[in-house]
Amino acid sequence: MWKYILKRFLLMFPTLLGVAVLTFFLLRIVPGDVVEARYAGGQGQFVDQKVMAMERAKLGLDQPLWKQFVDWMWGLARFDLGLSMWTGAPITQEIKLRFALSLQVAIMASIVATLLAIPLGIVAALRQDTWVDYAVRVFSIAGLATPSFWLGIIMILGFLIIFRWLPPMVYTPFWVDPWQNLAQLIWPALAVGYRYSAVATRMTRSAMLEVLREDYIRTARAKGLWTKLILTRHALKNALLPVVTVIGLEFAFLLGGLVVTEQVFNLNGLGLLFVEAIARRDYTLTQALVLLVSSAFIVVNFLMDVMYAWLDPRIRYR
Amino acid sequence: MTHRPSRTRVILLACLLVSVVLAPALTPAALAQEKPRSGGELIFPVPSEPPSYDGHREETFGWIHPWAPFYNTLLRVDPTDPSGTKPVPSLAERWTIADGGLTYTFQLRRGVKFHDGSEMTSKDVKATYDKIIFPPAGVGSTRKGQYAVVEAVEAPDPYTVRFRLKWPSAAFLASLASPWNAVYKADILAKDIHWYEKNVMGTGPFIFVEHVKGSHVIGKKNPNYWDKGKPYLDGFRALFVRDTAAQVAMIRGERAHIQFRSFTAAHRDSLVAALGDKIRVQESPWDCILLVAMNHEKKPFDDKRVRRALTLAIDRYAGSQALSKIAIVKEVAGALVPGTPYATAPDDLAKLAGYWPAIETSRAEAKRLLKEAGAEGLSFTFKNRGIPMPYEPLAVWMIDQWRQIGLNVKQEVIEAAAYFASLRRGEHEVAMDFQCGYIVEPDLDLYKFVSVDKNPANYSRYKDSVLDDLYVKQSRAVDPEERKKHIRAFEKRLLDEEAHYLMTLQWHRIVPHSSKVKGWQVTPSHYLNNTLDGVWLTE
Repeated sequence: MWKYILKRFLLMFPTLLGVAVLTFFLLRIVPGDVVEARYAGGQGQFVDQKVMAMERAKLGLDQPLWKQFVDWMWGLARFDLGLSMWTGAPITQEIKLRFALSLQVAIMASIVATLLAIPLGIVAALRQDTWVDYAVRVFSIAGLATPSFWLGIIMILGFLIIFRWLPPMVYTPFWVDPWQNLAQLIWPALAVGYRYSAVATRMTRSAMLEVLREDYIRTARAKGLWTKLILTRHALKNALLPVVTVIGLEFAFLLGGLVVTEQVFNLNGLGLLFVEAIARRDYTLTQALVLLVSSAFIVVNFLMDVMYAWLDPRIRYR
Repeated sequence: MTHRPSRTRVILLACLLVSVVLAPALTPAALAQEKPRSGGELIFPVPSEPPSYDGHREETFGWIHPWAPFYNTLLRVDPTDPSGTKPVPSLAERWTIADGGLTYTFQLRRGVKFHDGSEMTSKDVKATYDKIIFPPAGVGSTRKGQYAVVEAVEAPDPYTVRFRLKWPSAAFLASLASPWNAVYKADILAKDIHWYEKNVMGTGPFIFVEHVKGSHVIGKKNPNYWDKGKPYLDGFRALFVRDTAAQVAMIRGERAHIQFRSFTAAHRDSLVAALGDKIRVQESPWDCILLVAMNHEKKPFDDKRVRRALTLAIDRYAGSQALSKIAIVKEVAGALVPGTPYATAPDDLAKLAGYWPAIETSRAEAKRLLKEAGAEGLSFTFKNRGIPMPYEPLAVWMIDQWRQIGLNVKQEVIEAAAYFASLRRGEHEVAMDFQCGYIVEPDLDLYKFVSVDKNPANYSRYKDSVLDDLYVKQSRAVDPEERKKHIRAFEKRLLDEEAHYLMTLQWHRIVPHSSKVKGWQVTPSHYLNNTLDGVWLTE
């Protein structure tokens, strides 16, 4: 078991290195740079080319590519992500501001999704081809077909038109004012959690259906084991493997992928920061965010591998 | 028998009618309009956020809207003037112009305090303008070029500032009213010239409280503001909200009072329909315009017949009617914003190519010119910037207009951050260009069109010494009538004779705001009128 975990753990580092190299060079291929994005638009007609060259030099953009890369890697080796090219502020500070919000939305959406998906998936599997199953399938297919940002817009319009109320537009940390915090974040969590639950519900249903037809379930039933025990101890544990995968990957995606939903609910999260960093050609911030989100995916994958081993003993003995 | 109303009844009825008519005018709200009310917090969304706190180096209105209330400038544009063109005193109380327009001497107000309690003097104004015009080595000033006329800034005594110019400039006062030129404290600049990039400390009507990146800026009333009795507001809260639908929802849900940039006509209509008399709408032609740059370095756009054909194909009058319903454009204009002192009158405008009233005549002439130039059925790529509003609808319309004279145009949309780099390299044949100003002033608005060796932001990439000469003449003409004459000649050469550039439609600014907001006047620029000192709330 430990050998398996260690192997999976060590595999994380070359993956991250590959991501870092790819991100650095791919970003440089994209036309335009941060100085151009800042000064060359409408008002910038009086901006001297010398000023732009000076700004580039300040940011190290006049250096050869290999030197920029070595400097960045050296910083990473010291856990120094550097300064944002757009604001000049430390990247850790820029990310820290948004990370708490994105993490909370991801956790809340995951809770919503799990609370919906697992019971609904089980019920649908147990009542296969009955009206219950059809209702759950309609509910989950609707969730798959509905973009969460659209659901967010509908929610906001509904609040506005029916209740003449809007969720708070400024983030308040949970520990400062829990009510205000939840009044803002519960809605995006529900909008995102619904779509997220749709995937997991379908996965739970199909996995349960498959497991319920296995010989060991039939044996358990034949020996007169209590149904609830069969479901929880034998069926659900085995059916959860693909569900855990879906939930884990969705969670990692939510950390940086909620761009439009964040716009709709005016959330100051990582998704919006990501898009703005790319649009502004803020290389250092984009690189850091790609690394952060990739790390989340890699860590989640690692944790899932560990969980697989726990859920399925065959994996750890392999 | 006929029934006649008694005298008493008639008097009673008259009193009732008079009271019904006068009642709305006598309500507390109506009375409050007469006298500004103190108190309240103004809340407004801002669609953009600046990279730093230093107005001297930033270019976005995302700095102006939340940060301008913390500062004052030497002069300001009259906040009550809808044309947004009149410089009036701010930190300078009065001024004199001497030596044939070469020396401007400003007397400063006394008793103006920075938020740290120290007195603002001429030393601070000089340090501020030295930073902008003569930055020390290693400090980039993005507006240095705008003040090329200035030879020196002097502070002969604590309350006098003198600007010595190299040549007379008709636009100099307007340049000093720039909302970007916040007066900073000299002692701070002397210690660290970059201090204002990360800190806030001015003389303005509001004191900085906090900025949470990506979220909001809060300001509170400056109790020691030099303009006694102002500001009226207790404070303001600027919320960074990128999504337009979310901004509209905030106004509709009464979570915000105003968004100072602009909404579209459709947003205006939806807000008016939902809120009725709770909303007030102010509109103005906007000092922003999309232009079409025709690259003179690429054939056949080096031929003025082809360029004239391209402008003659555009039916601006019909386009204005249709596009103003779906995009933030409206007015048919020449090189300057309609309704402002140096703008071309509609009758004169109608004499320029592309502005003739009869579109059939224009298009027939366009086809004739194309045939003469051997460019019939010309195909070209029209580069457009990847910003939906108003670039997308305007480009679709333009392409259709050109199709009607037999041109075959392909649109290539380039992402916003890469767009101007591409234009600067001169890779385009025809491209959408953009111009936006903080004040309608010919020196600022026409500089875009001087030769490319003088202004690299001229993306039509021509050299025209006649046009450059006209620019200099209008800039140095102190007499307004003489200046107008040079501006007309400049415009005729730019848009008609040489057709160097092609104007689309003037942007149109629509600001629907809560009717509780008073003391704010829309102008042609979203960079103006954001000091908020005269703004007040009825409730």
